[in-house]
Amino acid sequence: MSALVPVKCHVNGRVVETMVDARMTLADFLRHELGLTGTHVGCEHGVCGICNILVDGQTTRSCLMLAVQAEGHEIRTVESLSDGDKLHPIQEAFMEEHGLQCGFCTAGFMMAICDLLENNTNPSEDEIKDVLGGQVCRCTGYNTILRAVKNAAAKMGSAGA
Amino acid sequence: MKPAPFEYAAPKTIAEALDILGQNDLDEVKLMAGGQSLMPLLNMRLARPSLVLDLNHVEGLDGIREESSGLRVGAMTTKRVLEDSDLVRSQYPLLWESTVAIGHAPIRNRGTVGGSMVQADPASEYPAAALAFDMEFVVMSSAGERVIQAEDFFVTYLTTSIEPGEILTEIRIPRLPPGTGWGFQELARRHGDFAIVGALATVRVESGLCCDPRIVLFGAADRAIRVPAGEACLEGAPPSEASLTVMGDAVFDAVEDPLSDVHASAEYRRDLARVLSKRAMSEAMSRAS
Ligand SMILES: Cc1cc2nc3c(=O)[nH]c(=O)nc-3n(C[C@H](O)[C@H](O)[C@H](O)COP(=O)(O)OP(=O)(O)OC[C@H]3O[C@@H](n4cnc5c(N)ncnc54)[C@H](O)[C@@H]3O)c2cc1C
Ligand code: FES
Ligand code: FES
Repeated sequence: MSALVPVKCHVNGRVVETMVDARMTLADFLRHELGLTGTHVGCEHGVCGICNILVDGQTTRSCLMLAVQAEGHEIRTVESLSDGDKLHPIQEAFMEEHGLQCGFCTAGFMMAICDLLENNTNPSEDEIKDVLGGQVCRCTGYNTILRAVKNAAAKMGSAGA
Repeated sequence: MKPAPFEYAAPKTIAEALDILGQNDLDEVKLMAGGQSLMPLLNMRLARPSLVLDLNHVEGLDGIREESSGLRVGAMTTKRVLEDSDLVRSQYPLLWESTVAIGHAPIRNRGTVGGSMVQADPASEYPAAALAFDMEFVVMSSAGERVIQAEDFFVTYLTTSIEPGEILTEIRIPRLPPGTGWGFQELARRHGDFAIVGALATVRVESGLCCDPRIVLFGAADRAIRVPAGEACLEGAPPSEASLTVMGDAVFDAVEDPLSDVHASAEYRRDLARVLSKRAMSEAMSRAS
């Protein structure tokens, strides 16, 4: 029982083992301690979805988890998507369909979409909208993001086939 | 935003968790389940515990078990697990509908069944489901175990009859009697937002007449409520449009003083209680046999 606590987890395939302040959120840990600033932070109370990461493959608000709670889990952030300069199909699709403007919300959308498409490369429009409805974007009006998801689904579906 | 400093404990057994509770000032300890309500409070410093006791590593607190009388759901079972359960979806469809209406997928991935019950938000789906099913809450403390009935569990806004020092371990969910029809209705600004008002209804139809009708509202008062006056109108009545109208008026009259806030006025909520309880009961009638 202590304010400084040990944590061991995998982040983007790498083992991370360190001490953290008990009160530190996972979002802050990723950004400030690991330098993974691709994960952005918006509302910090679970509503906007901008801080989404994958915990054991499931979309999770990193502002609503403590860093110490990553113990034993597999964390993936937006930095895990591209392979060096080679963009992930979701990233390519966002570029092609203008799925972003300021980009502040983009990482959170991409991780939620990644969870969706890794489990279902042929989602219905309603299934896509259900995922996008859990996210806030103040710029695009969502239609270009919807198109980007369909585009990415087609790319990932044909790559998997 | 940052939570105020606190210490952290992650016990592996209930006994260990109760020990830690016993050694600390209970006003200073917060139990953490999925954190989907607690973390916002910590981030905004509306809660400033000196110790966070994380239940996520405690053995035996999660999972669904089926027994002849119904389900036993561990308090730490996530909503995602209920959502993905074929058993829940096929045999307890009203519980399943209540589950998928809660927040968005990322919230359900971490948020637990027990957490929602103890949080006791008046607009939350699960406390209403608890009243619809007559769920039972198993609670542990250093004094042992006690079982609280749903009707005694929810006290008022964000308040249950769980005492400091007690841990909710299990929720028992009885199977609805054979032939029970059910309905679920909720109005929210967007799918996934907290409900403005919602209604659950169950009923059986025997010899062409309504039997054991039940109406539960959420978002209409300081906690989820049953509406006995509305239920009484239907008992022994034919499952007809005319009966629904009488029932709806009784619900409207019974919900005398609903919440009024930025999302909806009290008047609007009162009318919604009428409309949604009628729709939910109409669904229940059509599913009853
Ligand atoms: C964006 C957003 C949208 C949401 N929308 C909805 C919605 O539409 N409907 C809805 O119902 N909820 C909604 N929620 C709330 C969500 O369902 C929470 O998960 C839930 O209210 C609390 O569950 P938890 O497991 O996260 O508990 P926590 O946040 O960890 O805990 C909540 C409270 O319960 C206590 N507690 C938890 N477990 C126990 C236990 N076993 N024994 C004793 N005390 C315990 C904690 O000490 C704390 O006081 C939403 C949340 C967010 C962030
Ligand atoms: S910053 Fe986490 S949901 Fe908004
Ligand atoms: S692109 Fe600016 S908020 Fe979404």
